[in-house]
Amino acid sequence: MDLWMLYALMKKSRLFEEAVAQLWQRGLISGEMHLGTGEEAIIAGIVSQLMPGDAMAVDHRGTAAFLMRGIDPVALLREMLGREDGLCGGRGGHMHLYSKEHLAASSGIVGAAGPRAVGFALAAQYLRPASVAIAFFGEGAMNQGMLLESLNLAAVWNLPVIFVCKDDGWAIITQPQEAARGDMGERVHGLGVNYVAVDGLDVDAVWSAGSQAIERARTGGGPTFLHNRCVHLEGHFLGYELLRVTRRPFQELPKLTVPVLRSFLRKGGGSLKERLAGMKMILSKLWSTMRDPREDENNDPIIRLRQRLMVDPGRLNEVDQNALTEISAVLSAALVEVTR
Amino acid sequence: MRLMYFSEAIDDALAQAMVEDPNIIVFGEDVLLLRRNLLARFGPARVRGTPISESAFLGAGVAAAMAGLRPVVEVWQVDFLSVGLDALINHAAKLEAFTHGNWTAPIVVRVPCGGGYGDGGQHEQSLWGWLAHIPGLSIVVPSTPADAGRLMLSALRQDGPVVFFEHKLLSEIYLAALGSGGRESVQFDVPAEGNRGPVPDKWAPLPLGEAIIRRDGGDLSLISIGVGVHRALEAAQALGKDGVSAQVLDLRTIQPIDKFQVCQAAAKTGHVLIIDEDYEGFGLSGELAAILLEAGISVKYARVCTQTTIPYAQQLEKQMLPNTECIIASAKSLLVG
Ligand SMILES: Cc1ncc(C[n+]2csc(CCOP(=O)(O)OP(=O)(O)O)c2C)c(N)n1
Repeated sequence: MDLWMLYALMKKSRLFEEAVAQLWQRGLISGEMHLGTGEEAIIAGIVSQLMPGDAMAVDHRGTAAFLMRGIDPVALLREMLGREDGLCGGRGGHMHLYSKEHLAASSGIVGAAGPRAVGFALAAQYLRPASVAIAFFGEGAMNQGMLLESLNLAAVWNLPVIFVCKDDGWAIITQPQEAARGDMGERVHGLGVNYVAVDGLDVDAVWSAGSQAIERARTGGGPTFLHNRCVHLEGHFLGYELLRVTRRPFQELPKLTVPVLRSFLRKGGGSLKERLAGMKMILSKLWSTMRDPREDENNDPIIRLRQRLMVDPGRLNEVDQNALTEISAVLSAALVEVTR
Repeated sequence: MRLMYFSEAIDDALAQAMVEDPNIIVFGEDVLLLRRNLLARFGPARVRGTPISESAFLGAGVAAAMAGLRPVVEVWQVDFLSVGLDALINHAAKLEAFTHGNWTAPIVVRVPCGGGYGDGGQHEQSLWGWLAHIPGLSIVVPSTPADAGRLMLSALRQDGPVVFFEHKLLSEIYLAALGSGGRESVQFDVPAEGNRGPVPDKWAPLPLGEAIIRRDGGDLSLISIGVGVHRALEAAQALGKDGVSAQVLDLRTIQPIDKFQVCQAAAKTGHVLIIDEDYEGFGLSGELAAILLEAGISVKYARVCTQTTIPYAQQLEKQMLPNTECIIASAKSLLVG
C-alpha cells in the first residue's frame, strides 16, 4: 500500500468535488448534486486496487469512484455541465455516469448497485476469470429488497463481489435506528456473506480490508461485505435543507419553523400529546444535524491522513501542489466555452 | 378564498380529510421532512417515515387498505415506483376483480413526477400512461392548486387504489429540494397559475373523470394534462396573436378519462393536438386517438410528447419535454396540412 498515492487520489477527488460544488452553486450544473466529500478514504482504498477487467456499480454518489478509476476528469466535469463532449454526451448527469470501457455504471435507483455488481461478477466468472465487481452504496440502501436479494445471490453463486457499504448514518433525513433493527453484521452473516467492519475514515484500514476481500474474491472465495463508516461533509446533497438550517439559522430556521408551528396550532387533528411527539421528532432531526460530527476534523479522512503524512511536510506540500495544479488544469479545460 | 401553493394545497386538503377520517395515515420515505407540517399537527402515529423499501411499504399500504385503513403512501419519485410495482399492478389493481367486487384497497399513492429541473432520465419521467394501462388503478394528474386539493379529497374517497401525481415543477416543496437547493442562480420554467392559486376555504371533492376547458376556441383543440396544460395555454395565447383560436382541455384525470368532453372538443374544432409529457408510444396520446376513432369522430390529429429518455443537459432536456415552441409549430402544421 502506498499512502502517498492514496493521499493524492483523495486530495484530487476532494478538490474536484469542491469545484463541482462551486459550479453547482453558480447554476452551471443542474438538478441535485450528491458529493462524496468525506468518503474519499473508502473509495480510494478500494478503487485503487482495481485492475483492468474489474467492474464497478455505483449509486447516486459516484463521482469520486469514477474519478479514482482513472476516467477522464475533464469528460466527467463536461458531463455535469451537460456538454456534448461529456462522458455520456451530457445525457446522464452525475447520477447516471457510465464508462463501458471501465465496466463502470452508476444509477440513481437506491439499491440497484447490488444486482448490477452481481451481474458484472457473473459475467466475470465466465469471461474475465479472476476479475471482481464492486458495489458501492449507503446504509440506507441496505433496506432495499433488491440489494438484500443480491447479497443472497452472490453468496449462493459464490460470486466475486465486494459489497462496499458507505455508512454515514443518514439516508436523506432518515437515520439507521429508524429504518432497521438488528445488527448489520448479523444481517449480512445471516445471508452467508463474509462481513468486515471497517473504519471508513482510515484509508489504511479500508485498503487492507479491501485487499483481503478482493484477493478472496479473485481466488474463488466468494463475496465480502465491507461496512465502512464515514461522514458526508455536505450532508445528503448540496443545499440539503437540514444543513442549511443549522448553518444559517437566522435566515433559514423561520422558513421551517413558522409553517410547522402554524400547523401545530391548527384546530382539528391530534391530541396535544401527539402533536408534541411530532414536534419532538422534527426538533430531533435538527438537533442531530447540529450535533453531527462534521465539525470534528478527525472525521475528515483527508485531514486524518495528512496528520500521518506530516512526517514529510515537504513531500506533502508537493503532492498538494500537484493536485491543485492538476485539478485547476481540469477545470480550465472543462470550462472552455462555458459562459455565465 | 385563500391563495396556496400547489403542494400546500394538497397537504391542506389531506389535513382536512385526516381530521374527518381517523383511518387516514400517511407514510413514505422521508415524510418526516416532506410532511413535517402534518407531523406537527397529527403526530407520529399518523405520519411516519419508512425505510427505503418500496416493495415492502407499498405492498403493506395495499394490505393495510384492504384491512380498513386509508393509507396515503408516498414514494420519492414516480420513477422509483418501479421498485415496488408488484404491489400496485398485481395486488391493489386486481383485488376488486378477483373478489368480484367484494373487496377493494383504498390506497392513495402520492408520487412526484415530471421534469424540467435537471435531474435526468431516471428522475423526471411521467409514467402515468404506463400505470393507466392497468385496469383497476385510478390515475390523477392535477394542474392547479385548487384542483390538486380537491382531487386529493376525492382520491381519499375512492373505493379502490389511486395514484396521485404531483408535478415537481408545480410543487414548491419538490422544486426547492431537488431543483434549486437554496440556490438563487437557477431558474425554472414554472407555470405561475399551476404553482400558486386560489383555493376554497373548505375543500370539496372534485369527481374523478371530469375534464375542464381552460380556454375556449374554435379552430383547434389542445388536449393535455398536468404541466402540459400550462404549456398548451401559453401556446394558445401565442397562436391567438396569429389569428388561430385554440381551445385547451385539461383532462385532470387519466383513469377514469372524460371521453365525452374529449369527443366534444374534437368534434367542435376538427383539429386535435395532444400535449403529453409522458412518452409518446403506447400511452395517453394514442389512447385519445383511439377514443376518437371508436366514437367515429374524424379529426386532424397530432401530438407533442416526450419521445425518448429525458437527457440531463439543460438545453436538450428543454427540447425533449413538450414546450410552447413545439406546440405552436405542431399546431400550425396541423392547421395547414
Ligand atoms: C429506489 C429509490 N428510492 C428512493 C430514492 C430517493 N433517494 C435518493 S438517495 C436516498 C438515500 C440513500 O441513502 P443511502 O443509501 O444511505 O446513501 P447516501 O445518500 O446516504 O449516500 C433516497 C431515499 C431513490 N433514489 N431510489
